[in-house]
Amino acid sequence: MLAKRIIPCLDVKDGRTVKGINFEGLRDVGDAVALGSQYAREGADELVYLDISATREGRSTFTHLVTRIAEEIDIPFTVGGGISTLDDAARLLDAGADKVSINSAAIRNPNLIDEIASKYGSQFVVIAIDAKLIDGRWLATTHGGSRPTDKELFAWAHEAQERGAGELLFTSMNHDGTRQGYPCDTFARLAEHLRIPIIASGGAGSIDDIADVLTHGRADAALAASIFHYGEIPIPVLKQALSERGIAVRR
Amino acid sequence: MIAIVNYDTGNIRSVTNALARVGCTDWVYTDDKRLLTTADKVILPGVGEASTAMAKLAERGLDSLIPTLTQPVLGICVGTQLMCQSSEEGDVDCMGIFRTRVKKFICQQTTDNGQQSPSGCTHCTEPANKPLTVDRRPLTIEKVPHMGWNQITDLRTPLFNHIDEGAYIYYVHSYYPELCDDTIATSHYINAFSGALGRDNFFGTQFHPEKSGAIGAQILKNFLEL
Repeated sequence: MLAKRIIPCLDVKDGRTVKGINFEGLRDVGDAVALGSQYAREGADELVYLDISATREGRSTFTHLVTRIAEEIDIPFTVGGGISTLDDAARLLDAGADKVSINSAAIRNPNLIDEIASKYGSQFVVIAIDAKLIDGRWLATTHGGSRPTDKELFAWAHEAQERGAGELLFTSMNHDGTRQGYPCDTFARLAEHLRIPIIASGGAGSIDDIADVLTHGRADAALAASIFHYGEIPIPVLKQALSERGIAVRR
Repeated sequence: MIAIVNYDTGNIRSVTNALARVGCTDWVYTDDKRLLTTADKVILPGVGEASTAMAKLAERGLDSLIPTLTQPVLGICVGTQLMCQSSEEGDVDCMGIFRTRVKKFICQQTTDNGQQSPSGCTHCTEPANKPLTVDRRPLTIEKVPHMGWNQITDLRTPLFNHIDEGAYIYYVHSYYPELCDDTIATSHYINAFSGALGRDNFFGTQFHPEKSGAIGAQILKNFLEL
């Protein structure tokens, strides 16, 4: 049976992970390769590395880092952050990334999805949407949720799929960081509306939240950062608990 | 020395990285027939569309060379499909090493009473602007491509030495080799299919051992030790 995927997300700035973690035995907690390897050993199904560097130097450091990640990590990984041209995607593919995640750049230039997907295949393109519920409508946003656009979540997700995106990474900016759980009804509606896999992101505070979005929310994967980074819910504990709830996970 | 077949299907870095992780750095990426014939082992990677990939093999005369090789040969993903008799992707005749055909998955949804929708999945047939409703019935939607971690069972041949029945490996594909006498690992998605094939010195995995964690590494190691 196809397993539901658990995906830790690592924010990288100037080549180093920025969120705190407390793994025992990991000497350099800022080392993105060591941290990713640790997650892979613990049973993460995929990894997402987001480059949050603001400078060109930071970006080129990130490409170098992706090369090292590809050498060390033996599970699929996605890279995102600052990908705004076909060349950016090509550079990361060459470095060894399995998928790229595009977000604001696709809102500015939706054709970017077609370009990357037609050249490298849909399996290489993840469309990331940060949406916010405003007056009863889910609107895609940019700049960490602070700038709503005129793109409505369901229409935009569908358009991205038709343009060739192979997966949707949806973050509710109303839930992100709250640890109150995911908007499961919205996820379920998305699942009805789309034929590509959906990764749920933003809002996980407990094992129950993740179980809910993978069942009622019909998500194919759950992505989280802080609950893993701070060791609150170790991946083996999470997978054991999901398995006990009858959810298929890789163990 | 390991020869990785170069037929211009793109990035082989994930394969060479995985070989390096199991201690193999003695490889060459080549379409040279002499090198391919004399190498200790041959790997046929594959990315992209099957009929295009098959044409690229044929351009180099490799479609007739590969079936004559006598050392262990391992196909990966589309590489494996090209070793079958034919593929529905681009409706192409392949090398015919494995006695099976490659077919397309048909997207399937299953309702809570276990009924499969007969005409496939409404995702693929209903108009995009259908009204949005939340249906809270348990429902399994088997989307295409088949992407993610799935299990292999009924394992045969030394390629799966030290691998447990039901081990999870990583798949990304829309086309699958049917079950046949050459099936050496079975997976289930929408229907049962060949997760791996083996015949004489030829092996092929539909999954990606190079992305399948410790299990995948063991499978590559087993191949290198054949």
